[in-house]
Amino acid sequence: MQEMQEICLYRELVFRRLLFISLFLILCIVLSLLNLSIGPISIGIGEIFHTLITQGNDTAHVVIWDYRLPWTLMALLVGGALGLAGLEMQTILNNPLASSYTLGISAGAGFGAALAYILGIKVLPNVPMEFVVPINAFVFAFLTCMLIMLIGKIRGFTSETLVLGGIAISFMFQSLLALLEYYASEETLQAIVFWLFGSLTKASLFKAQVVFIVLAIVATLLMLKSWKITALRLGDEKAKSLGVNTERLRIEVLIYVSLLTSVAICFVGIIGFVGLVAPHMARMLIGEDQRFLIVGSILCGGVILSAGAITSKVIVPGAIFPIGIITSMLGVPFFMFLVIRGRKQIW
Amino acid sequence: MVELGVRDVSFGYGSEVVIKNVTLNAFPGKMVAIIGPNGSGKTTLLKLLANIIKPSTGKIMFDGVDIRRMDKDEITKIVSYSPQENVIPGILTVYEVVLLGRIPYLSWRISRDDLEITKNVLEELGLEIYARKYANQLSGGERQMILIAQALVREPKLLLLDEPVSNLDIRNQLEILDLIKRITRQKEITTITVLHDLNLAARYADKLVVLNRGSIYTCGEPEAVLTPDMLSSVYGVEAKINRNNRFVQIIPIRPLNRGVEALGQNF
Repeated sequence: MQEMQEICLYRELVFRRLLFISLFLILCIVLSLLNLSIGPISIGIGEIFHTLITQGNDTAHVVIWDYRLPWTLMALLVGGALGLAGLEMQTILNNPLASSYTLGISAGAGFGAALAYILGIKVLPNVPMEFVVPINAFVFAFLTCMLIMLIGKIRGFTSETLVLGGIAISFMFQSLLALLEYYASEETLQAIVFWLFGSLTKASLFKAQVVFIVLAIVATLLMLKSWKITALRLGDEKAKSLGVNTERLRIEVLIYVSLLTSVAICFVGIIGFVGLVAPHMARMLIGEDQRFLIVGSILCGGVILSAGAITSKVIVPGAIFPIGIITSMLGVPFFMFLVIRGRKQIW
Repeated sequence: MVELGVRDVSFGYGSEVVIKNVTLNAFPGKMVAIIGPNGSGKTTLLKLLANIIKPSTGKIMFDGVDIRRMDKDEITKIVSYSPQENVIPGILTVYEVVLLGRIPYLSWRISRDDLEITKNVLEELGLEIYARKYANQLSGGERQMILIAQALVREPKLLLLDEPVSNLDIRNQLEILDLIKRITRQKEITTITVLHDLNLAARYADKLVVLNRGSIYTCGEPEAVLTPDMLSSVYGVEAKINRNNRFVQIIPIRPLNRGVEALGQNF
């Protein structure tokens, strides 16, 4: 009897988590269908399915395949990538405020994009026009991560060093960006500002595929380390006593996350708040067990960005509002609620 | 069963030497207590034994094998170290915190064995009632018990505990130390624990190691080690030792004037 009870307790924990994960999954599906359906021409659910499984050249096919499907998938995948990246940054840095913003990765990407827009500098030669800005942004985002790693290498991979280093780098790129903006023409200034808002309008199926592949690989690699990452939440001392090489784990996770963030940001620009809020929501509902929290954060990020994507279409009829503005605006009150009402002593 | 051998181990942070030429042995089924004043290097010594920090000179051996020649995972399976710190952040249930102690054995699926052992340890420490609760909502003493459970759940051969009972009430102190001693005997674990309470150390330890300024001042059976002389020169305390009862009892009388002696040692 007793034995059964204990096994039941574990099952209960697992069940609760799977329940929330299923809930997120259902939300993702519903929001994605809405995302496909809502727009200047509204398309019914039946027609969406019909269009997705058949080929054709009518309006519905063109609208779905060329515009709404890339848009929808991009929202889901970038949201998921930002959610996962945020989760692991918060975990390895043991800091609830860690995100691509705090570490300066967003600022680095912004600077890279600005170089392309304003000075026409290409990091890689012979790149199709469409990809000049994403590649610049990716390279600079990744460089930022390497810079943080370098600081860690010199001063030790403690959370304090990495967070302070990230803040310094963030300021550096922000001022460099401001300098570029100061010299920019009005036209290019508009382009860079729009990029910095974050937007899904440049989504394509190819870009969605790239994000999907990177997200899948990184999530799998992190899953393999899930127990060690969970142990990190007990604090460095305890984790070390459990045989976790905390320094090496931090480096590994930081590399994965750098890749993930850079890929997510480079195609859509800077979308705030998803990386910060999604992991908090997931953690509160699911708990610290990374085997479930990784999946939960991805799905939660997907839900938030999909919801944001829908809002950005309906808020001004006929126009598409930059999604970065929406996520921040919707995110702030929600986040305030979590801060004020949430469970205490999590960090 | 693992026999621990420490040979001439020294360690320092920068130029400051914290552990100086420590040599000691510990045997299966026996409980060794490290005692000594604050800052004498007790925690550092435990961390060295737990392979969290590496000695600058000397070597640490399990069953005669230098641990530098051993695989890290292998060491993790042998040694459990429970640090003094007893903060448990995060949203983790007591059950999960204890289960995490089995980390070298955990994979994506949790085996029935792991669940079984976790259950047994929780029961043995009387923690089943807390299993569903969140660890960060418990009291300091309860968290200490949970971390001891976490150390035991790995079924270690070498158990290192840093002040395992410092936050517990008098009944829990006795219960936990009784339990640790019983498990040490039954499972033939080599247990080394840092204790501040000299009366508890005298009562439970098979062997006392007195650490003073990073070196071993003396070691041996509690009756032999706990003398007014040792207490005055290591702790700077005048004390009476009462040996009439079942247990050796230390009754501190007053702190000695450190002036002359301390000056003599520092300059």
